[in-house]
Amino acid sequence: MKIDTDFNAKNLMPEAEPPVEDGATKYDVELVAVSKSYDGGAKAVDTISLRIPKASYCCLLGPSGCGKTTTLRMLAGHESVTDGDVLIHNRNVTDGAPSARGTSMMFQSYALFPHLSALDNAAFSLKIKGVKKAERHAKAMEFLKLVQMDHLAHRMPAQLSGGQQQRVALARSLITRPKVLLLDEPLSALDPFLRVLMRTELKRIQTELGITFVHVTHSQEEALALSDLVVVMSDGQIMQAGSARDVFEKPSNAFVAKFIGGHNVIDVEGRKVSVRADKCRIVQSVGGTNIPAEVTNIEYQGPMVRILVKDSDGKEYHAQISDSRFFADPPVIGEKVTFSWMPEDEWRLAA
Amino acid sequence: MSSMTMSPRIASWLQATPFTLIMTCLVMVPLAIILAVSFMDYGFAEIIPEFYLGNWTDLFRSSLTVDTYATVFRQLAMVWSITLVLGFTISYYLVFHVRSNMWRAIFLAACAIPFWTSGPIRMISWVPLLGREGLVNQALFGMGLIDQPISWLLYSEFSVILVYVNMLTMAMAGPIANSMAKISPSIIQAARDQGASEWQVIQEVIIPLIKPGIVVGTIFIITAVMGDGFLVRAMSGNQMNTPAVAIMNEINAFQFPPAAAKSVVLLVIVLGMVGLLLRFVDIRKELAR
Repeated sequence: MKIDTDFNAKNLMPEAEPPVEDGATKYDVELVAVSKSYDGGAKAVDTISLRIPKASYCCLLGPSGCGKTTTLRMLAGHESVTDGDVLIHNRNVTDGAPSARGTSMMFQSYALFPHLSALDNAAFSLKIKGVKKAERHAKAMEFLKLVQMDHLAHRMPAQLSGGQQQRVALARSLITRPKVLLLDEPLSALDPFLRVLMRTELKRIQTELGITFVHVTHSQEEALALSDLVVVMSDGQIMQAGSARDVFEKPSNAFVAKFIGGHNVIDVEGRKVSVRADKCRIVQSVGGTNIPAEVTNIEYQGPMVRILVKDSDGKEYHAQISDSRFFADPPVIGEKVTFSWMPEDEWRLAA
Repeated sequence: MSSMTMSPRIASWLQATPFTLIMTCLVMVPLAIILAVSFMDYGFAEIIPEFYLGNWTDLFRSSLTVDTYATVFRQLAMVWSITLVLGFTISYYLVFHVRSNMWRAIFLAACAIPFWTSGPIRMISWVPLLGREGLVNQALFGMGLIDQPISWLLYSEFSVILVYVNMLTMAMAGPIANSMAKISPSIIQAARDQGASEWQVIQEVIIPLIKPGIVVGTIFIITAVMGDGFLVRAMSGNQMNTPAVAIMNEINAFQFPPAAAKSVVLLVIVLGMVGLLLRFVDIRKELAR
């Protein structure tokens, strides 16, 4: 994707705010013991606390129903907070209106106004503020240029593809000059090719604008690729929050290790450990743990090959080995092998 | 089966035949007869099949024509504006504010149940309410607010408009609610997110998106008010004259040719109004989904 180098996205954002006097904060978003329950029922979000540092890309990752979208909607102000506080730029916005919090939300279905052109969609917030037509159109055009949609500015949403609609939705959100942009599963409706392209684009725009993006996703691949901060959620609670590398290399518990993928969760002497599948082998390891097993499936993945095995108790393990090593001596399904790993590759999980 | 060998052309013609027959026999032929009769002479309770332009010249020379149309357009304007405001408000409340399904069902039932009685009965039941000795006057008198009955409550333009509104509000509210229900909640949230107040959401998002519904409702109101004679006669106590009342009076007097001429004019005007509305808003969008 071509990036317009003459175009400086920073100019579109407000001049750096004067430093906050007392209580200056390093965080764009702070959630303090936030809970959400519906009609006094079970908690959709259960007492979560989270700090998102300035200008970071944060992904809320988890299976459906884990509370990630509810958390995002509470940040946006489209969902009331049952308990706890939401702070944005060190200001308590728990009960503030959506437009008064310095956030802007990009909806999963894009939610473009079907009766307005791409340009008028992008200019909507300015029209609401009473900005004159020529001025708001000029401004909207700058933002459409940022998302590379200026050439289709006069199309109606129905005449745009999903990816194009999303770019317009992004321009419409950014034009409100949010401190924090909230994205609800922004890539899930796109085809896989476009998804990777748009992912790069989102990261580029976030870096250029220097604001915080909070991005809800159920794809661990997306979260690892984009995030400065990955927040893994399950059952309304935060399982782990950390850098992508930390979450992948040092999962805090079995749920995280399984959800993030690429890990074996194994009981070793009564405690749970995780071992990355790419550290496991299907040959004897000297000084390692060796388990006799049978190959049950082989998945070719290009640079890597994933091999599933089953031990005599029926417990399943998987190993990822490089294609060159695999093809040097390819095992076949049903073959008896030794599944092994080294003790230094074991990562101890919380109970 | 023999139909497997039938050419698609013939199949299409066969499929179109029943509707073509109905349209021809029940719409086109009667209209053609009305048009033909409008150019015929008449005597007492008879049509004289001779070419005669008098029905048309009388129609265009008579100040009565202008008066009846002035009356019906005034009524239409009032009924349309009141039903539009009521219809919008009711639909907006039902679609965007009623959260529980139980209350929505109760409100919908409240809207629908009156239609279990026939139109004329609903119309006539206003009489004991609005008359000089009616409930309203008695209640006001009993409260000491008036010392003699209000006479303009019944058999007046007020009662005509009131009953029209009573009969037609749902015809406006229905299509509007249908349009509103199609607006995705996330679009409303997006507008709020962009800083729009509730009123701005209505102005900038909801009203543009329900235009087809408003047009469908408006067509219902136009055809109902322009074509009605019974309600006006009953509720005005035979004191108001609209084009439809004029046509009914002539039919009752067996003066079919002038009634036919007036019908043709009324039909052209109504079709013109509907055609004009359809030029501005594409209601196919509304019917399609």
